[in-house]
Amino acid sequence: MNYETVIGLEIHAQALTQSKMFCACSIKFGSEPNSNICPVCTGQPGSLPVANKKAIELGIKAALALNCKIEPSSIFARKNYFYPDLPKGYQISQYDKPLATGGWVDIDVDGVTKRIGITRLHLEEDAGKLVHVGADRIMGAEESLVDYNRGGTPLMEIVSEPDIRSAREAAVYTETLANLLRYIEVCDAKMEEGSLRCDANVSLRPVGQKEFGTKTEVKNMNSFKAIEKALLSEEKRHEEVLEEGGKITQETRFYSEETNTTSGMRSKEEAHDYRYFPEPDLPPIEPDDKWIEEIRQSLGELPQKRRQRLIDQFGLNTESASILVYDKPLANFFEDTTKLYDKGAVVANWLTGEVTAYLKEKKKTIEELDLKPPQLAELLKLIDEGTLSGKLAKGVLVKVIETGKQVKDIVAESGAQISDQGELNKIIAEVIANNTKVVADYKGGKETALTFLVGQVMKLSKGRANPALANQLLKEALT
Amino acid sequence: MRIDVEHVAKLARLGLTDEEKKLFGPQLSAILGYAENLNQLSTGNVLPTSHAIPIKNVLREDKVIPCANVDDIMANAPDEADHMFRVPRIVE
Repeated sequence: MNYETVIGLEIHAQALTQSKMFCACSIKFGSEPNSNICPVCTGQPGSLPVANKKAIELGIKAALALNCKIEPSSIFARKNYFYPDLPKGYQISQYDKPLATGGWVDIDVDGVTKRIGITRLHLEEDAGKLVHVGADRIMGAEESLVDYNRGGTPLMEIVSEPDIRSAREAAVYTETLANLLRYIEVCDAKMEEGSLRCDANVSLRPVGQKEFGTKTEVKNMNSFKAIEKALLSEEKRHEEVLEEGGKITQETRFYSEETNTTSGMRSKEEAHDYRYFPEPDLPPIEPDDKWIEEIRQSLGELPQKRRQRLIDQFGLNTESASILVYDKPLANFFEDTTKLYDKGAVVANWLTGEVTAYLKEKKKTIEELDLKPPQLAELLKLIDEGTLSGKLAKGVLVKVIETGKQVKDIVAESGAQISDQGELNKIIAEVIANNTKVVADYKGGKETALTFLVGQVMKLSKGRANPALANQLLKEALT
Repeated sequence: MRIDVEHVAKLARLGLTDEEKKLFGPQLSAILGYAENLNQLSTGNVLPTSHAIPIKNVLREDKVIPCANVDDIMANAPDEADHMFRVPRIVE
């Protein structure tokens, strides 16, 4: 039988605040265990939570970017369960009245645009971190140690509609969301550090059937690639069970990258009964239009819009435009450079090629480099004027990045350029002697043959010849 | 109204003896029964009330204030190792 896969994702994105969701403790990553804790986030009797204004604003900002409706009144709720990483015996979350509802995001899956619905965005607090002793994970551990530093960290939970139809779409959706949240500066979205986490609800149904099949929830996917692999493996497992006439059990399953399989967690726990009820210590959040409008203004141009503008305005291809907009500082660098040098496609080629390769290799961001838009513009102008060949320019670029010196100084210092007419003429004579057929073609009227000959001059001079001068001297020599 | 005292005890992580179940079951049911008196009221025009006092948007600025008595909190840990709370095996 042919099956259709149905996936809905829950993304937990850590809001970029300094302090926790309901208390003034720091959320700094990598602090000493239990150094950022207080009576509120450890649930001491009598302590009272107060919501972090910035976290609410970041939640609203993300919701607006996801085309959600900001609810006129939302409330916090207690989600009750027992687990050692949860000191209060409940997590403060939002339940029937979330911060925002009903949005969408467009994703680009291998060239095809698809709209994924967003059910809701709500705010909640993170739990603490468990270190299991005697085993890598909870299964088989003899005991566990709890660090509450992360407990109370503000999270935005973004729930998608079950609109996703493949593992690939799920990975692309998550990456698109991560890029968007990073771009609008509400979350740094680092899956490997856990500031963006993803749980997936997966089910299969026979093609054409309307009702959903029984779903399983897959957890522990720590990269975009892992999401795709985990969901492919879970999809295959569902299919095998259904093909054999079996039934899928609704359960939570953990993905292991090592074995590329999911496994159920043996648990005697019956169906969850969280007994949600309104958090009495936190009054409702009722953002007025003025506040929402202020936050909307702070959004600026969203990445998908900017990408389209870069394509339209500068004639970039989709791929380079995408690379640029998903690194906001790089996109800003691009636009600043085009103000000084108007060939956008050339600037984009250098930024997405040489510069991005350098950044990846050195694990740096464009903002950390001494290279600034005026230098790149100057370099590109020197290529156009013929003072530098493309090959030499790459060397100069690396030197500018590494020394922070001016482009002109580096070109002068290197002495690499051959602009001496006598020396160039020697090389040209050799090229003419070695390429009699091409020379004859040129003299016979084939203008393009000159490009080949200039190329030979560049090659023979190991890229050091001044291309404009070589071009001119070559023409003279051939008349 | 009858209450599933075993389920409630399980959710609250309470181990009840058979005698306690017999004792608390009817008591809890009686409390629920009393609350059911509210069903006699007409609440068709009353919005669900999450908070009794009409206040909203009570917020704090995003400012870090380190806690002065972390050690007191740690002192409340039933067991401690490496400045972490030590808890027994979670999953059997």
